[in-house]
Amino acid sequence: MIWPLSSLLYSIAHAGGTFMPPDGDTIAPLYDHLYTFMVIIATIASLLVIGGMVYFCIKYRRQPGKNSAYITHNTTLEFLWSFIPFCLFMVAFGWGWYVYYQMRTMPENAFEVNVLAQQWSWNFLYKSGKKTTSDMYVPVNTPVRLIMTSKDVIHSFYVPAFRQKQDVVPGRYTQTWFLAPHVGNFPIFCAEYCGMGHSAMLGTVHVLSKADFDKWLETNPYKGLTPVQIGQNLFQVKCSVCHNPTTQRKVGPGLQHVFGSMVQLQGQPPHLADENYVRTHILQPSTYTVQGFPKGVMPSFQGQLSEEEVLGLIAYIKSLK
Amino acid sequence: MSATATAHTNDNYLNHEKGLWSWLTTLDHKRIGIMYMITVMLFFFIGGIFAMLLRTELIAPGRTIMGPETYNRIMTYHGTIMVFMVIIPGIPAFLGNFVLPLHIGAKDVAFPKLNLVSWYCLIVGALVAFTSLFYNGVDTGWTFYTPYSIRTQTGVTFMVVGAFIMGFSSILTGLNFIVTVHKLRAPGMTFWRMPLFVWGLYSTAIIQVLATPVLAITLLLIACERLLGVGIFDPTLGGDPVLFEHFFWFYSHPAVYIMILPAMGIISEVITAFSHKTIFGYKAIAFSSIGIAAVSFFVWGHHLFVAGQSEVAGIIFSFITMLVGVPTAIKVFNWTATLYKGSIEFKPPMLFALGFLFLFTIGGVTGIMLATIALDVHLHDTYFVVAHFHYVMVGGTLMAIMAGIYYWFPKIFGRMYSQFWARITFVLIFIGFNVTFFPQFILGAMGMPRRYYDYLPAFTALNRISSIGAYTIGLGFLIALGVILQGIFAGEKAPANPWGAKTLEWTTASPPPHDNFAVEPIVTAGPYEYR
Amino acid sequence: MSTVNAHVERHSPLAHHFRDMAQQFDAAKLGIWIFLCTEILMFGGLFVAYIIMHGLYPAMFAEGARWCDWRMGAANTTVLIVSSFFMAAGVHYTQTNQRVKAIQSMILTILLGCVFLVIKYFEWRHKFELGLLPAHFFHYKGAHHANLPMFFSLYFCMTGLHGIHVVVGMCLIAWVTIRSIRGEFNSEYYTAVETVGLFWHLVDIIWIFLFPLLYLVG
Repeated sequence: MIWPLSSLLYSIAHAGGTFMPPDGDTIAPLYDHLYTFMVIIATIASLLVIGGMVYFCIKYRRQPGKNSAYITHNTTLEFLWSFIPFCLFMVAFGWGWYVYYQMRTMPENAFEVNVLAQQWSWNFLYKSGKKTTSDMYVPVNTPVRLIMTSKDVIHSFYVPAFRQKQDVVPGRYTQTWFLAPHVGNFPIFCAEYCGMGHSAMLGTVHVLSKADFDKWLETNPYKGLTPVQIGQNLFQVKCSVCHNPTTQRKVGPGLQHVFGSMVQLQGQPPHLADENYVRTHILQPSTYTVQGFPKGVMPSFQGQLSEEEVLGLIAYIKSLK
Repeated sequence: MSATATAHTNDNYLNHEKGLWSWLTTLDHKRIGIMYMITVMLFFFIGGIFAMLLRTELIAPGRTIMGPETYNRIMTYHGTIMVFMVIIPGIPAFLGNFVLPLHIGAKDVAFPKLNLVSWYCLIVGALVAFTSLFYNGVDTGWTFYTPYSIRTQTGVTFMVVGAFIMGFSSILTGLNFIVTVHKLRAPGMTFWRMPLFVWGLYSTAIIQVLATPVLAITLLLIACERLLGVGIFDPTLGGDPVLFEHFFWFYSHPAVYIMILPAMGIISEVITAFSHKTIFGYKAIAFSSIGIAAVSFFVWGHHLFVAGQSEVAGIIFSFITMLVGVPTAIKVFNWTATLYKGSIEFKPPMLFALGFLFLFTIGGVTGIMLATIALDVHLHDTYFVVAHFHYVMVGGTLMAIMAGIYYWFPKIFGRMYSQFWARITFVLIFIGFNVTFFPQFILGAMGMPRRYYDYLPAFTALNRISSIGAYTIGLGFLIALGVILQGIFAGEKAPANPWGAKTLEWTTASPPPHDNFAVEPIVTAGPYEYR
Repeated sequence: MSTVNAHVERHSPLAHHFRDMAQQFDAAKLGIWIFLCTEILMFGGLFVAYIIMHGLYPAMFAEGARWCDWRMGAANTTVLIVSSFFMAAGVHYTQTNQRVKAIQSMILTILLGCVFLVIKYFEWRHKFELGLLPAHFFHYKGAHHANLPMFFSLYFCMTGLHGIHVVVGMCLIAWVTIRSIRGEFNSEYYTAVETVGLFWHLVDIIWIFLFPLLYLVG
């Protein structure tokens, strides 16, 4: 019974624009129905109160010779304006519960992706062993379930187009799911404050057609690339949140002209920036702290990069002359 | 009669003793209230400057005037200052301190020394909190979520210890008020004859006393976590960061009502006084204050809908949160009904009270949207939430503080401010506020997360409008400061009861004598007998 | 009453804003009870943390409890209960104008508080020597449970916060004892003794919960 009503409201509101992002999954229309309903109810309620207030203010403004009435209360009226809001709230609650139930019921036989969040990037691990950073690739019309955890602090996986959000907590697994009915690219945000690079912790969900997705699964992303190119690609997604490929400092030092120089360290003698130094810095960053930068900011990439990728990064940093 | 008696001697609390030392050691609730006023206003302007800086940075995507490290620190200080040093002590400790004993016909609060200690707790706590500036600042946001607050190499320890000490200020004030209301009412001042501001302060005090200790221990645990490595909140030591969120919001949600309940009290006072009409549904408003206070302890989980708590818990918290909406709606309807057949004067306090009603209604209905559990999944931690709580905290509490200051100003200082310029401040603040925060609802619906230093180009236009609104608010408050200072030092002398209000404080001289009333008042009727 | 007031105007126990002694006493009593509520809620936070962590890692608490000597804990429990008895006696003697006995009782209470702290000192020193400390300082090598440091974090936080309360309580009792010696209290005015006594009982009660939770459970 509620469905046709909300459908009507939904289409009215869509004509006028709800400011909601485009629908990216099957939850989004359900969500938007409820949202539209609530916006309309909220607007009516606000107009009633504010309109009543303005009307009374004009009608009963102070006028000479007119005194105020002495009205202490009116039980019927007071009951009504407690009970009617209560009923509306219960509708909101029940409907919210219904949609929430859909949002949180994990589909059986879903395509699973593991999400590992860290300061400040999203890493996606597929069953086939493929790993990506920042970009998640999923097939269209397939339920996708995300099993998520964090390496360091709390993050929150948020795709506005899917109307889904779930905090990603270190030390436990949280999950969320979606089913994208059409292909497209949708931004991912981190919605739980996680430090310096919080607003740069972005990503994209690429919803691909089944054929494109299968093709993507099979391709080796590094095929035909030189180590420097591999490193450059990786640098863009993994390192550029905190490091510039120029001499300009960002969160961490700019990396141009670093390779081969003597790096001034905190509490240690200067160190030559050779291959081993760069490697240690990527995998065990707490070993060295560069002069003038805070300790312990850089996360470790141990276990996330293959040998080929580490070599690529070293080659790229070497090339920044 | 008592007013004329004191007018002759011309002895009031302001000139009863002289010199800075007499202020710093005063046990007079009125003087302590003024000391709170000065401190809170100082903190408010610091927090406000930070707000302006934040909005300036957000005027365009990318780097505008500062880097992300600075932005996150300023964001944190804006939040902690405004919450712990402005809005929480704002009404109870400043206006409440001044007005409560006068409202119930007492000579002072129950424990004047404790009252002074509370003020020093606020000062010491604030100083400790600001010490963090010399230790690399604090960049956790005012919520101190673990494990970020444990891992970050910043002065979090000082900030949480400072907030811990300020918590004592709040607890002691609450304790003082509860005892004062129970034990120091004038003869004939029954509970049902108390002004509604007293009811608001009383319910606030209950929350302050029952919720703040939990915050105290939580903050202490964060400090221990950083210094010793306790492990309860740290996943690397086997702890659970979500437990911290539960602990934190068990205090911090009721704290929201610490901020709004006394504001509602002020609105009840101001609306009756300037409608020259008795309040509609006195008992309903009084009971709803207590009701809100009671239910507020069981809704904290609505901050954790997407944090990883169980779905069942989320649904229960959503339900209870809806219940809080009912007494809140009752109050709003009662205030509107009070206007009906009134004789309404649009003096500056009334303008702010009507502004409160306008903004608080929007804050309230958007609150219900956020309480709807499914909607919160998308809207949680977006600018929609930022807009919602600013509508409640600024549009609600701060408007009420302004209404309260303009309402009791003649009583506090015995002088009158410029009504014209006070109205200008209202117009600037009200318009600026809507321009600032209404676009943020849309930004939130579009999906812009909060605490973002940088944003997608699609969000630029609305952010720019928002920033322009922020400068308008800033200008409004600057003029308000001017109005207040001009009023204090050069305002005309105010009579004992300039507004024709009926509560007890208006029966004594302006400013009141040291002992408040020349003769202890005997109360024979309710607070709003406008017949 | 009024002549007494006139006589010792400066030291009059009736503050200017109260109508009479009864009102002042009632206010103080309500105040201290509310304060005790806040104390219980503050410790309540720690107890909730304890319960949740105990639910997660019962084995860790069992291992930790083995390092807490229940005999010392029991001795301390007895010491505090007896001290509470003397404090109650102190309040009673003050109310009945038996000043010397009241002072003796309160001094005994302070001494028992000292005994408590001395026993506590030996317990803590033992753990310091073994390295059974909160995580940043934990250096005991033979721990079976990976999260054992958390038990000792809780142990030191809870007993530490309680210990601070014991010290504060002793200072407060010393303060009312000195005022008693000066003869400021009598059957008409004994508010401070009564409220300090209530605080001391709270300290005792909290220990009665801490003892089984840390030493016996598990």
